[in-house]
This record gives sequence, C-alpha cells and structure tokens, in this order.
Amino acid sequence: MARAASVDMRTRMQELLPKIVLAPSFALVLLFVYGFIAFTIYLSFTDSRMLPSYGWEGWTNYSKLFRIREWDTAITNLAIFASLYIVICTIIGLMLAIFLDQKIRGEGLLRPIFLYPMALSFIVTGTAWKWFLDPGIGIENTMHLWGWESFEFGWIKDRNMAIYTIVIAAVWQSSGFVMAMFLAGLRGIDNEILKAAQMDGASNWQLYRRIIIPLLRPAFLSAFVILSHLAIKSYDLVIALTGGGPGNATAVPATFMYSYTFTRNQMGIGAASAVIMLMTIAAIMVPYLYAELREKK
Amino acid sequence: MSVASQDNAASVGRVGRTFVYLTLLLFALFYLLPFFIMLVNSLKPLGEITGGNMIALPQDWTIAPWLSAWSTAQIGVEPTGLKPYFWNSIRMVVPAVVICTMIGALNGYVLTKWRFRGDTIVFGLMLFSCFIPFQIVLIPMARILGILEISGTTAGLVLVHVVYGIGFATLYYRNYYAAFPTELVRAAQIDGAGFFQIFYRILLPSSGPITVVCVIWLFTNIWNDFLFGASFASGDAAPMTVALNNLVNSSTGVREYNVHFAGAILAALPTLLVYIVAGRFFVRGLMAGSVKG
Amino acid sequence: MGFLDINNVTKSYGAVEVLHKVDINVEEGEFLVLVGPSGCGKSTLLNMIAGLEGITSGEISIKDRVMNGVHPSKRNIAMVFQSYALYPNMSVGKNITFGLEMHGTPKEEREKALKDVASLLQIDHLLDRKPGQLSGGQRQRVAMGRALVRDPDVFLFDEPLSNLDAKLRVDMRTEIKKLHQNLKTTVVYVTHDQIEAMTLSTRIAVMYDGYVQQLGTPKEIYDTPENVFVATFMGSPAMNVMPATVEMIEGAPHAKISDSEGNHVTLAFAQDNLADWAGKEILLGIRPEAITDPEAADRDSNRIEKLANRVGVTEPSGADTFVTMTLGGKDIIARMRADTTVAAGEMFDFAVNMEKAVAFDPKTEARIKP
Repeated sequence: MARAASVDMRTRMQELLPKIVLAPSFALVLLFVYGFIAFTIYLSFTDSRMLPSYGWEGWTNYSKLFRIREWDTAITNLAIFASLYIVICTIIGLMLAIFLDQKIRGEGLLRPIFLYPMALSFIVTGTAWKWFLDPGIGIENTMHLWGWESFEFGWIKDRNMAIYTIVIAAVWQSSGFVMAMFLAGLRGIDNEILKAAQMDGASNWQLYRRIIIPLLRPAFLSAFVILSHLAIKSYDLVIALTGGGPGNATAVPATFMYSYTFTRNQMGIGAASAVIMLMTIAAIMVPYLYAELREKK
Repeated sequence: MSVASQDNAASVGRVGRTFVYLTLLLFALFYLLPFFIMLVNSLKPLGEITGGNMIALPQDWTIAPWLSAWSTAQIGVEPTGLKPYFWNSIRMVVPAVVICTMIGALNGYVLTKWRFRGDTIVFGLMLFSCFIPFQIVLIPMARILGILEISGTTAGLVLVHVVYGIGFATLYYRNYYAAFPTELVRAAQIDGAGFFQIFYRILLPSSGPITVVCVIWLFTNIWNDFLFGASFASGDAAPMTVALNNLVNSSTGVREYNVHFAGAILAALPTLLVYIVAGRFFVRGLMAGSVKG
Repeated sequence: MGFLDINNVTKSYGAVEVLHKVDINVEEGEFLVLVGPSGCGKSTLLNMIAGLEGITSGEISIKDRVMNGVHPSKRNIAMVFQSYALYPNMSVGKNITFGLEMHGTPKEEREKALKDVASLLQIDHLLDRKPGQLSGGQRQRVAMGRALVRDPDVFLFDEPLSNLDAKLRVDMRTEIKKLHQNLKTTVVYVTHDQIEAMTLSTRIAVMYDGYVQQLGTPKEIYDTPENVFVATFMGSPAMNVMPATVEMIEGAPHAKISDSEGNHVTLAFAQDNLADWAGKEILLGIRPEAITDPEAADRDSNRIEKLANRVGVTEPSGADTFVTMTLGGKDIIARMRADTTVAAGEMFDFAVNMEKAVAFDPKTEARIKP
C-alpha cells in the first residue's frame, strides 16, 4: 500500500539521516579505494612511464613483468619470507600462549614484554636489527670479544641468506601479537569441556593435541590471515633493514613496485605488480571476510 | 586481557614447570634485548660502540647522542635533528585520529542501529579497504594530492590517513555497537530522542572502552606509517619514521650509531608510551579487530 | 471503533508474510494480552503498534487517529521492554524523565511528575542510582516508572517479567494488575507465559504462526478453546487431547476410547450436538482438573462419568497430585487432591467431568460447536 503521504516528516528524516551520515565515508572509500584500484588496474594496461599515460598496451606490462629477474627474485623472496614468517610466528605464538596459560607467576609482567615490539615502527625494528646483524659491530663482534673467535654470522651481507634476517626481525616484531591471539583463544575455551576431557582420562598432551588445539582453529585462521596480509604488504622493514640489498637480493613485491614506479619510471610495470599484490591479498582476505560477515547475519 | 585464568588448565609436573619458566624467560630476553641494547648504546660515546661490547653498560655515560638526534643531527641536507619531524608527525597524527574516530563512531552507529538494505555490502566494502596493499593506491593518490595542491604537505598526509583509517575505525565501533542492546535505542525512540540525540545521549556515553582502543590503534598505525610518508611527504613535511630512515641511511660521514639509536627510541617513544599507559586496551582492541574481524 | 484499532494488519519481510490480517479492537481501559509461542508474531505486532516496525498493509489507529507512518514518539504510547532498556549512563531519575525532556516538558513539571511516579512505585530512594546498581525487581519498577511518567494513551509491555526469578515474577504480576486496576490505563501486553495471560488480562489474543487463533476473555479462552492449539497452549498442565469415536448409546452421544488395558470404555457427553458425528472419529479434550478422584468431583456438574483405569505415575506437587495414565493411546494427566491414596500400577475409579469436555474435528482441529 502506498502510504508515503501519511508518513510524517520526522519519521522520513529519521530514515534518511543514517544514510546521509554514512554517505561521505562511503563515497571516500568508493573513490579512494575502489576508484583508485580501478585506476591502477587501468594504468597497468597502459604505456605509463614517469607519468600516467593512456596509450593502451594490453597485457604487455604483465608479460614484461614476469620476464624481469628482479620480479622473479621478489616473488621467490616473498614466498620464502611469508611461509617462514607465518610458520615461525605461529609456532612461537602458540607455544608462548600455552606456556603462559599454565598459571604462570608474573604473567602480567611477561605479557607486555612479549607484546611491546608490536607498538614499534618497522623502521625502528629495522634500525635495531640492522646493527645487531652487522658482522662488524653486532653479535658477531660481541661473540669475538667474548672469546668465541670462530663465531660467524654474516647473513645480512650474504646474497643468499639476507632474506632470512628479515624473517628474524619480523618474527621478533609479530610473534608476541600472535601469542596474544592464541592466549585469547585459550582463555575463551569453555572450562567444562576441559573438565570433561580430564574426567575421560585425557593426559595433558592428549588434552592439548586432541581437544584444545583443534578448538583454537579460529585463532589459527585469524593469525594466518593477518600474518599473510602483513607479509605481502611488508615494505618498511625491508627498506630499513636491508634496503632491498645486497644488490636486490632481498627485494619483495612491495619494494619492487615502489622502485619501478617512482625511481625507475616504469609506472605501467609498477602498476601491474601492485595489481598482482592486490589479487594475492584478495584471494586470502575475501573468502575470510565473506565468511565472517555471513556468520554475523 | 583481564580474563579469569583457568583454574583447571592442564598443569604439568615440576620438571615441566621449570622448562616452561625457562622458555618464557628466554623469550622475554629475546624480546627485551634489542631494546635494551639500543638504549645502552644510545648512552655511549661513539668510540665505545665501535671498539667495544654492545651489551656492556657505558663506561662513559653521555646524553650527547640524544641531544644530537633531537636537534642537530643531519637529516637530508639540513642539520635540524629529528625535532621538526617529530612535530610533523604529531600534527599529522592528532587530526587524523580525531577525524577518523568521529567518523568511525557514527558509521558504526548507523551500521548497527539503523540498518538498511545493503548495509552489509557497504560494510564489507569498507572492511576490505582495511586490508588492501597500499601500493595499489599510491599512483592515483599522488595524482589526487597534486590536483588538490596538498602534495608534500602534512594536510595531504592527514587526508590519506583519514581515508584509509575509516575502515578500521568503523570496524571497531560496529563490532562494539553490535553488542549494544538495540532495545535501548528503541526505548529512546519512543521517548522522543532523534538520530543524533540517541547517539550523543545514549551510545556515546557508553563508548569509552572502544574509543580508547580505536584511538590507540589509529595512533600507532598512523605514527608508525612509513610508506605514505615516504611517498607523499618527503622533505620538510616528512613524518618521524621517514626522517629516522634518512638519518640512519644517510651515506655521508661517519655512522653515528649512538645517535641512530637515540633517534630510533625517540621515534618509538610516543607509541611505547601509549602502549605502556593503555596496553591492556590495546591488546583487547587488536583482538576485537582481528579475531572477530 | 475502539480506542486502539488494529484493522486487517499484515506484516511481510520481503516475500514472507509473518502476520496475516490481524484484526483487534481494544476498548479504553482494557488489558489485552498477546500470548503465543516464540515466533508467533506477537512481538512484531507490538512493535508495529509502537511504530518501531512498519506496517505492510492495514491500519493501526489510536483514538481514531491513524498511526501508520507516525514516529513512535508522536503516538503517545509508552513501552516497557523485556530487558527494561534502562539507559546505563543515566541515573534512575534521568531515565524516568528523559522522555519528558525530549518532549520539551519544563524542568519543574518533570520534577513533579518524577516525584509522583517515584512515590507511586516506591522507588524514591533509588532516584540517584545508576541502573547497574539495581536489582532485577527495582529495574522493572524503574522501567514501569519511565512508561507511567509519560501518561500515555496506551501502555505496551514486551515480556516485562521474563527476566525475573519465579517468586519476583508472581509479585510483580500482582503489582502490574494492581496498577492497572487503579490507573485504568489501556494496556497491550506480550508474553509467552499463559498464566500471566490468564491472570492479567481482560482479553487475550492467542497467536500462533502469524494468525490470531482466538480472541476472547480468559474464561472463554480457557473453557471454549477455538481449536486444539489454543486448548493445549493455555492451561498447565495442558489439556488432554485424545482420539475417540462418537457412539450413540440410548440416543445419547458417547465418546468411545481405549483404556490402559486396550479395552473400550465410553463416556457420555454433556452436549447433544455431537449426534451428527455418530460413528466418526473426533479429538476429545479434557482438562486435567476435570479428571479427579470421585470425592473431589465437581458437585455442580450434572455429568460426572466414572472411568476405571490403571494408574501410571503419581506426581505429588504439594497442592495437588498429578496422576498420569494411558487413555486413547495417549499419556493423560489427571489432577487429584494432594492427599489422594492412589498408587502407581493399581486400578482406580476416576471421575470425569464431561461438562468440561470439548470435542474437536480431527481434520481441521477446530472445536465442534454446539
């Protein structure tokens, strides 16, 4: 029934206001996120060099991109970095969370110690680790001074090993955060389930392996999503720690995109690499976010 | 995280407990050592660093590196120290956080208490925007800032951080207000309160905890940002992180490690302070934002 | 035209119709209870009266003013919510006067109205506290105070007692009834508790599946339920409903049922109208209190039938003893005196008050009317 005429002003205003309030942010997001994504995708098909240019080139940039050795290195580095970073952070995080959950004295003191690196900028983390890992003055030097003359730790200067130093610094920064996620998960487990399992005669080891860790599935998933997204985006840490070097041995897609776009004036190729980064993240995030949103309905 | 500890969580024997404590202490050391070393070495004269042991306490205590990092160190071309860049960061962070939080709170309110057809899609689009790799927006953003003539200014950075902070702020407030009883809103409607009155009088007074979380989250993220700062505000308007990177990586002259460390700690200080003061909320906020994404 | 008119109102969410042509006229001063299981549409209807949900078709009017599309605050209604919905950040006093403030009532008048309501509900000493410091019963009173202070045309209650413990619920029920008797206000009250419905209402609308199954006084609903749903939903324990066959014995209709041993027993009906159903299946409904020990049978009834049957389980509840038995292939409950001597497993002669028996059409489940 059409009753619009009898709806009073106030009610109609109240129906409109929420949309008016939401509209500016939605417009901003549409333009600055989705509009920009569309623009970058468009640029990735053009002959843009130093400035955006609109000559259509089709898939040329993409085929060029995959023939560039530095991109190859960047992709390989990302694969190594992301998988080690995710696996090690998860293992350390889970272990610390389980250990902290054993009614530990001083938990209140330990927790912030494990977590504080999260509050630091990757630039700060990079500055610190760059120095420890420097064979001339860092750990290697200290070991030598302590009399362990044969100690050698020069990964950061080694083309083949430098990427692993980034893993070390990144794990230092993020593993405490993963610990907090698992700890929250552990504390959220229904006590009665644990009591029931103990009544059933489960040993500690079985309790964790068969009951608790499977119940932490959501925490595992969240940790995986967050860490993989951080790994793909990671830019600051690489810049601060190795600057992508030695040579371009520690280049990752994020540094590749930046240098091709802004310093090498290959904007089309830079855009193409950004699009591939977006697609990789979307492949992980979209199903996750979709499931989360559906669940809440 | 003031969750009651489980009174019957599986417990282990004496040997096991010793192992647990040892491991925890070892990791505590692992997390603390880098910061400790930075601090110790920022208080040493340069000679003591290059020739000495990095873990040793200074023989000759000095605050000169700190003074240098703050006001005289060479950043780029000018020997200004980090001071002006520190204030750049403050001028960038404060407005961005305030604007984002206000918008986020209103968005969260609308998305939970004034639901409309398609609101989940709107929220989904905002949510995904939190997770995009920012490389995808760098090129067009540089163009827009140029067109708006705020390229290379703090105002430009504020705009950038507001745009990409709205998603997280909305996410926090939406999750928080989702648990806020809708009956209260209905009662207020019957009482005659309007859209904004309900927000100011009923929801906002109960939003203390989530506001703390949101402010801390935005503050750390925006303060620690490097990519946008490096892309859109190098030079005089550069934020602290970019200036620190310039200081550390300047290739001219002797590497003054003690000054670098003092600078790094200066750059970390505001977020560490926030973390120490309100760390409990910070963790809870990360949980709310990530686990329940 | 009544005071509150609900005319042919329907509600749909998309293509799904959840309320079908509801038609209720409430007179001034009436206490209407909407009762039904969860999901029956009772709360939706209440929200539509309040203006919190739109009306898909039909019309709701209060005092002859059509309310479709009118903002909740302009309908001159007040509502008490299930969770009480007290504003956590405001004191009790502020909670009560917030609505007046929003409607622009001057401060002195607000203070006076607050005082009146507070003394009426005996919550004077709580006015400066926050809702979080109140007990369940006190919150309930404050919620009612917030409604009363507005002096509305219609009070809406949405399951207001369901968050209270059993004893408090009974006390508050009495208190609400008292308030209604004193203030003579018009009330629409939603509950799933049939005892609340019976005790409080002047009229009840029993709802199920988006339909009003029956609208009537508590006595009508209880004694002459329109259908099997109403019969079994109202009353505790529920009305016994069992299959039976109508058999004419000496020209009078009897219900033929199989007893616990599998033998056929017959009970004579009090009404004659069932002659048409001779030889056909019906559903026989008898309330537990109509099956008793012979000494406790209703003396005013002119149709007490004897029924010998085996006792299943006895459940003494203090005031009564409930006896379960098998009849017509169903578990049947009888309500006996507390000090009855029946024991499980023995044969017993029950007295059945057939004046209170009702018969339903087994196909439509509607009552077969005299």
